[in-house]
Amino acid sequence: MKIKILAFGIAKDIFGSTSVNLEMANDATVYNLKYLLEQEYPRLKQLASYMVAVNNEYALPGDNLHERDEIAIIPPVSGG
Amino acid sequence: MITDIQIFDTALQIQSAINWIMSPESGGIDVFIGTVRNATKGKKVIRLEFEAYEPMALAEMKKIAQVAFDKWPVQKVLVHHRTGVLEVGEVPVIIAVSAAHRAAAFDACRYIIDTLKQTVPIWKKEIFEDGEVWVAAHP
Repeated sequence: MKIKILAFGIAKDIFGSTSVNLEMANDATVYNLKYLLEQEYPRLKQLASYMVAVNNEYALPGDNLHERDEIAIIPPVSGG
Repeated sequence: MITDIQIFDTALQIQSAINWIMSPESGGIDVFIGTVRNATKGKKVIRLEFEAYEPMALAEMKKIAQVAFDKWPVQKVLVHHRTGVLEVGEVPVIIAVSAAHRAAAFDACRYIIDTLKQTVPIWKKEIFEDGEVWVAAHP
């Protein structure tokens, strides 16, 4: 399946874009996604932490991804 | 649960936030106004830039408000956050809470701003004279 990943804050700088497209297995999880992204964008590993959001909710590493999900990389937040 | 939770790309209106939160039932109104400070760790800040993942930020702010209503006897909650470029002295966030008595208003207001800073997907870039940095991104 082809998934689109939205990027914000410093993740946008790391990807060099507001979103990236990835080809993943149909049963891919958040864990698989993070692994793949870190291979392609090693600077992700230098962040204090980062989360993955699926359909506007923080996701856990074991959560499955689906082709139509809205997926976003959430680097450490700093609002307020 | 009476809430007013919004993200703006224009200047926040302090007086209208206060007008909205006031009511005859509310004996205590607590208003937190976050403002852009002119320095970080002794370094002069020129301006800040805020970016939000809007639909998720609104959803997370609503969750925080819900928890505040569950934990304290509060009457109304307002959360206004700003995005875009902000100069020193401008207002990125207003939290306003009303309750019959002050203790609940103080406690809920503090809980909301502290939790917002931990969980709401909004990011801040500090612009200095000699560079810029995404706040909290690196250890």
